[in-house]
Amino acid sequence: MVKLTIDHKKITASEGATILEAARSAGIAVPTLCHLEGLNEIGACRVCMVEVAGLDRLVAACNTPVEKGLTVFTNSPRVRRARKVNVGLLLSRHDCQCLTCARSGNCALQSLANDLGIVERVYKNETIPAIWDKSLPLIRDMGKCVQCMRCIQVCDHIQDLHVWDLVNFGSHIDVDVSGNKKIHESGCALCGQCITHCPVGALTARDDTEKVLDALADPDRVTVVQVAPAVRAAWAETLGLSRDKATPGKMAAALRRIGFDYVFDTDFAADLTIMEEGSELIERVLHAAKKPEYPMFTSCCPGWVRFIKGQYPDMVGCLSSAKSPQQMFGAVAKSYFAEAKKIDPQKLFVVSIMPCVAKKHEAALPSMNSAGAGQDVDVVLTTREFARFIRSEHIDLAALADEDFDDPLGQASGAGIIFGATGGVMEAALRTVYCVVTGKKPPTDDAFKKVRGMRGWKSAEFDVAGSAIKVAVASGLGNARKLMEAIRSGAARYDFVEIMACPGGCAGGGGQPIAMGQELAEVRGDKLFKLDASSPLRYSHENPAVRALYDSYLEKPLSHKAHHLLHSDHSVWSMPHR
Amino acid sequence: MARLNLFKESAAQAAIDDVLRDIERRLFVSPFGNCHVNLVASILKLCHAQSCGKCVPCRIGLSQLGNIIEDILKGRAEMASLVLLEKTALVIYESADCAIGYEAAGTVLKGLRNFRGDYENHVSSGKCSPDEGGSVPCVNFCPAHVDIPGYISLVESGRYEDAVRLIRKDNPFPGACGLICEHPCETRCRRNILDVGLNIRGLKRFAVDNCDNTPTLQPAASKTGKKVAVVGGGPAGLSAAYFLQLMGHTVTVYEKRKFLGGMLRYGIPSYRLPREELQRDIDAILSTGIKVRLGADIGGGIPLDELRGQYDALFIAIGAHTEKKLELEGENLRGVVSAVQMLGGIGDGKLPDFGGRRVIVVGGGNVAMDVARSAVRLGAANVTIAYRRRQEDMTALPEEIEGAVAEGCEIMSLQAPALIEGDLDDNVIALWTHPQIIGPIEDGRPKPVNADKPRQRIACDILILAVGQDIEADHFIRFGVKAKRNILQTRGDGSVEGMPGVFAGGDCATGPATVIRAVEAGKVAAANIDNYLGFDHKISAGVSIPDPRLENKKHWGRVIMREKSPSERKNDFGHLELGMSRDEAIQEAGRCLRCDRFGYGSFRGGRKAQW
Repeated sequence: MVKLTIDHKKITASEGATILEAARSAGIAVPTLCHLEGLNEIGACRVCMVEVAGLDRLVAACNTPVEKGLTVFTNSPRVRRARKVNVGLLLSRHDCQCLTCARSGNCALQSLANDLGIVERVYKNETIPAIWDKSLPLIRDMGKCVQCMRCIQVCDHIQDLHVWDLVNFGSHIDVDVSGNKKIHESGCALCGQCITHCPVGALTARDDTEKVLDALADPDRVTVVQVAPAVRAAWAETLGLSRDKATPGKMAAALRRIGFDYVFDTDFAADLTIMEEGSELIERVLHAAKKPEYPMFTSCCPGWVRFIKGQYPDMVGCLSSAKSPQQMFGAVAKSYFAEAKKIDPQKLFVVSIMPCVAKKHEAALPSMNSAGAGQDVDVVLTTREFARFIRSEHIDLAALADEDFDDPLGQASGAGIIFGATGGVMEAALRTVYCVVTGKKPPTDDAFKKVRGMRGWKSAEFDVAGSAIKVAVASGLGNARKLMEAIRSGAARYDFVEIMACPGGCAGGGGQPIAMGQELAEVRGDKLFKLDASSPLRYSHENPAVRALYDSYLEKPLSHKAHHLLHSDHSVWSMPHR
Repeated sequence: MARLNLFKESAAQAAIDDVLRDIERRLFVSPFGNCHVNLVASILKLCHAQSCGKCVPCRIGLSQLGNIIEDILKGRAEMASLVLLEKTALVIYESADCAIGYEAAGTVLKGLRNFRGDYENHVSSGKCSPDEGGSVPCVNFCPAHVDIPGYISLVESGRYEDAVRLIRKDNPFPGACGLICEHPCETRCRRNILDVGLNIRGLKRFAVDNCDNTPTLQPAASKTGKKVAVVGGGPAGLSAAYFLQLMGHTVTVYEKRKFLGGMLRYGIPSYRLPREELQRDIDAILSTGIKVRLGADIGGGIPLDELRGQYDALFIAIGAHTEKKLELEGENLRGVVSAVQMLGGIGDGKLPDFGGRRVIVVGGGNVAMDVARSAVRLGAANVTIAYRRRQEDMTALPEEIEGAVAEGCEIMSLQAPALIEGDLDDNVIALWTHPQIIGPIEDGRPKPVNADKPRQRIACDILILAVGQDIEADHFIRFGVKAKRNILQTRGDGSVEGMPGVFAGGDCATGPATVIRAVEAGKVAAANIDNYLGFDHKISAGVSIPDPRLENKKHWGRVIMREKSPSERKNDFGHLELGMSRDEAIQEAGRCLRCDRFGYGSFRGGRKAQW
């Protein structure tokens, strides 16, 4: 332990702790901007400067370790002056159009400037407007970038994809796509982790709310909305409603207030996915004459699908051919549902609300039009767009009572709900596969809970009717790469692998609300598992709406019709290879 | 008003002179990898500030060149801008009235000729990609990329064994390099921006001197069963052998001579590198289990293809151990010897007796100084160093030249050897030289030309030619290795084209160079041979690096190492350089700016913990 004094307060800090950590543990606030704990402690923004007695220059609190006997001042006149000037300098290169910025009210720079009482820009504006290739839903505005380097670090060290880098030098330096490429040439998975870790509005997802408003306003359109599992764990975070009070029922009510004709649930399609993917697993792996060399991989995360297509193109054949729940929902809505309701599928407008940026890209893929009425999903909104939508509609959430989702595509089991957390797809699949193979339920409903949790790479082995099934779950693409390398080198062997591109799964998705300095995937995931535990149904195959769909329309999993609507050929589109 | 006034420097002028000296040092340590175009843009601004403004090309032209380059940097230019840039620069060069203008334009033209691609990249993609090499200049400029801030901080903390272990991660010759490395690391030390670069070599020596044991790295857990032959036991060969052995391969070094060490033993006199210091490095290297065959003449006694057949991979590191000739009349006279012959003999323990003899050394490189100073120690009556160019053009390190002069060697500069005179018994008796005047600068060096003066006769009993070394490449060329002027040709990874599994490096693949370049060659070859053999072993030291201390960085003088006095040292081959004291070492280490932990180093990580 190291003893030191901060702001006249005697403090004991652990050896190797930074001045920032020591100060915060003593309840002394030091403002930061570029700092991201454990990932970006590089002292770039020089906002966390503090004064150390005896030193003629200030030091950055975020990456200066404590020393015995230091006397530190976190708010001396020199410190105040430095912070104000450095933030002022940042503002000279920041497009301060806060009124029209998606991050207004949730922007680290805005808060800092406000906190420091900066009411005037004293330096000459040096923002350089830059052109951005908008072919993908990931948008970068160089005029807002503060070069904190967080996006580079997240992509390098968490996702191991190296999409971002510094370009140019010194006076002309900027953050841009690495290797002098355009974003669509980069192999970006569109996970959106750079967006959720950006302190300002330099990285955003494309806003598609206008398209939804147009459809809602069109009297000829029948609007259908589906909400992804993980959205219910986070949707109201920026709306002033606590996680307990932000119930799925309240969310359904809000969607109905917005004006959607049918409020459905992607959880229903998650159950459907289990029917198809689980059956595929039984066919490809459990009942195969010879076990395949490589495992079958889940395909419901479009960031992961983009990753494997770009990084391991020779292994795309190992992906399950099952579509993601979002796309199964779209295909079923524009076929089965439209027929049942006698709606012209061309008039049906399917909107999804997803915790994800890559889903916007997935919905637009050429293979995602199986129902024959245009794209199966017309527009994808992120959880953040959904929250902004609620605000723009001036809906008083506190006054809303819980409402049910509509039938039939609003019914779901707990297995469908946990799709939104790492390990959830695996657990849901194993529950149903166990029942199908053994003809009975597993000893407990939570028999497969070993694959839950925030560890980046989890392995487990389960006994199913006397034969062992080896599974792995990874979240975060850096973990996914490690797992893939182990599989390819033969160091690891599995039958079935679930991968989600974002750490913690969709709960920590790149389309989720941004809570600066907090990683909320775990608490959101916990909420999903709680909802599952309290669900009357815990098994996808018990979902009566899913059963009805098969009985009256699809016949059985992997039937000809199911293949046409619910599976896709991953090879019809391409990614830039590494 | 007085008719004339004495010049009196104003305080303002003195201050700006001070700033200019600061900038001069700063310019030289520009980080490797900086954008060339951006630097040119900045230099142009400085040039323009120096302009008096009388003439159009300089007054307006330099500013417009700056505007065009700024557009290029900001991605607002087209290829036509390059044409306009070049045309304008050419006109300024051809029509400006004084050097301030035309040389500024010349700078731009030089850039357009030598890094036009950088300009074109900016125009076409609007950007260039940084080279991260720039983050820690000393590590970047050390060919072996030794973790210099790491071991300096360990020296400061008194952790000498860890310091040496860390050096050995990249360079298995810490002892030799602590004494005789040419220390390219020091040239671009960022400390130059404050005052003057660190004495890095001295700190390395201090670490080695204060290490009781010879800490080595842990070898790979398991043997690979692969066999590698290394031809040549000099710094390149032994470095490769060391790393390959650590990686778990079984290495055999074939050395033609009686002892290991290559040019470290057969080229560098022991007063600079004592044999026992060299032996400590070699012993530590051999302690990894390397097999050695001394007196094994590859290509002579042992055919190369036979060797290739016995091993999974081959590294050729035979050095450059034969002499270049002057091609002068009288070169074969008795008493005319080459520097490599003489130093080679001394390396094997055969000291010639120069007692009372008059010695002339021809050459101006480090080897010339080595033989001249050795001749002094061998009892020569006098030693004269004859050199074609001026003393300041000598390629020898300034301290080597000063040392030679201090020990009584006389430098006769601007004397080109013309012929060697012998007596009737074919003994050398004099060197005739043709006096030179220094002439035009070609390829960056002034070229001497014959002066209109008569030839000069310098009497001598011994004439030592130190005019360059050659490579005994014949066997290897016959084996199929391509060579240019006897220099073996390799690819960037050290491999020989068309010969899978055969690598070459060190002096034989670069021409005579430095020990640290040889270590680099061995390291690069080891890494790529490991991959060639189907492995990807990593070399790491497992040493934790101390955090930088919080302290003010005051401007401070550089500690230099003293030498024994000339009168004391010139009578024997004993080591002449005195190491730093502990106080000096701690003070010098404390001057390190820790580029590994500040600036770009803190972003990208200032070290590669393994390679």
